[in-house]
Amino acid sequence: MNYIFFILIAGSLIIAVFNGNIENVTNAMFEACSTSVKVAFSLIGIMAFWLGIVRIAEKAGLVKLIAKLIKPITSVLFKDIKKDSQATGDIALSLSANALGLSNAATPIGIKVMKELQEDNPNKDTATDSMCMFLGMNTAGFQIIPATVIGILAASGAANPTDIVLPTLIVTTLSFITAIIAALILKKIWRKYE
Amino acid sequence: MNNLSLYILPAMILYILTIGIFKKVPIYEEFTEGAKDGFKVAISIIPYLVAIIVGISMLRACGAIEILTNICGDFFNKVQVPVDIIPIMITRSLSGSAVLGLLSDIVSQYGPESFTAKLAAIMVGSSETTFYVLSVYFGSVGIKKFRYAILTGIIADITGIVLAILAARLFFPASIL
Repeated sequence: MNYIFFILIAGSLIIAVFNGNIENVTNAMFEACSTSVKVAFSLIGIMAFWLGIVRIAEKAGLVKLIAKLIKPITSVLFKDIKKDSQATGDIALSLSANALGLSNAATPIGIKVMKELQEDNPNKDTATDSMCMFLGMNTAGFQIIPATVIGILAASGAANPTDIVLPTLIVTTLSFITAIIAALILKKIWRKYE
Repeated sequence: MNNLSLYILPAMILYILTIGIFKKVPIYEEFTEGAKDGFKVAISIIPYLVAIIVGISMLRACGAIEILTNICGDFFNKVQVPVDIIPIMITRSLSGSAVLGLLSDIVSQYGPESFTAKLAAIMVGSSETTFYVLSVYFGSVGIKKFRYAILTGIIADITGIVLAILAARLFFPASIL
């Protein structure tokens, strides 16, 4: 992440000097600072709401139920999760929120999962295999109905705005599977060199 | 399909609340108890949000994406992928709102039935803001060493881009120019 941060900031500044638009970049820099705080503040309410709803789902036993359903899969993919951990159910919830396109629910639940995984983490500053697997699944962007995209197509008068649903679903399913396989293989490779 | 996604959210909330009441869960108390964490979590991710959002905005403002589009243009012409897709390919892993803006531009410029628009729509529909997710999720729990998480995310992103191109060709062969 140190290198990515360096490339993003230093690279942008250098390119901007050559492009002669350093003023734009400096403005973008300060604008982005206040944007990020705005994002965080708008997240407060959304996070509070979803964490509240998830808490009800937990107390009603729904999270345990989902956890039981996906246990056969998660016990293979998330080997370092402890048996009594809340994380299994919340992983299922988070992935379902993503799949259903509820992106504002996915972030709070995803962060909750990370906190639960962190509890069982012996090295608090280093990612566990489960965390890498979970984030890999998240970054693959698995989504059943890309509602916003359909909305844009429909607004522009597309004859059949939903005709992209099936190809999109195939793409996200395959990249989701790719992410899982990549995480499993990289886990082995990383072990060798650590 | 559109309507279906509109009803998923309310249905889910209704379902959870109904089951809660039915099982005699004190839903109001539990809701507020859970919601308490919202403030803490949202505030604790601000440093990571600032870092990643500033970095990405600077990258977008400095013109690097245009330079890359020019450099890769010939290659994309050769493999018959519209050059205007390149900004979407790069931005889809960086910023959700920016990529939707790019999609709107392409759809209004080429028309919703064009191959470029279909390909762009598939690419955006299958995207996730990888770097935002990584920095915020890891940041929220104080993880500094990401190990192979970044590489996994990049592999998933590249797979998504290649598959989107293949899927667009397979499903919309008539619209390729």
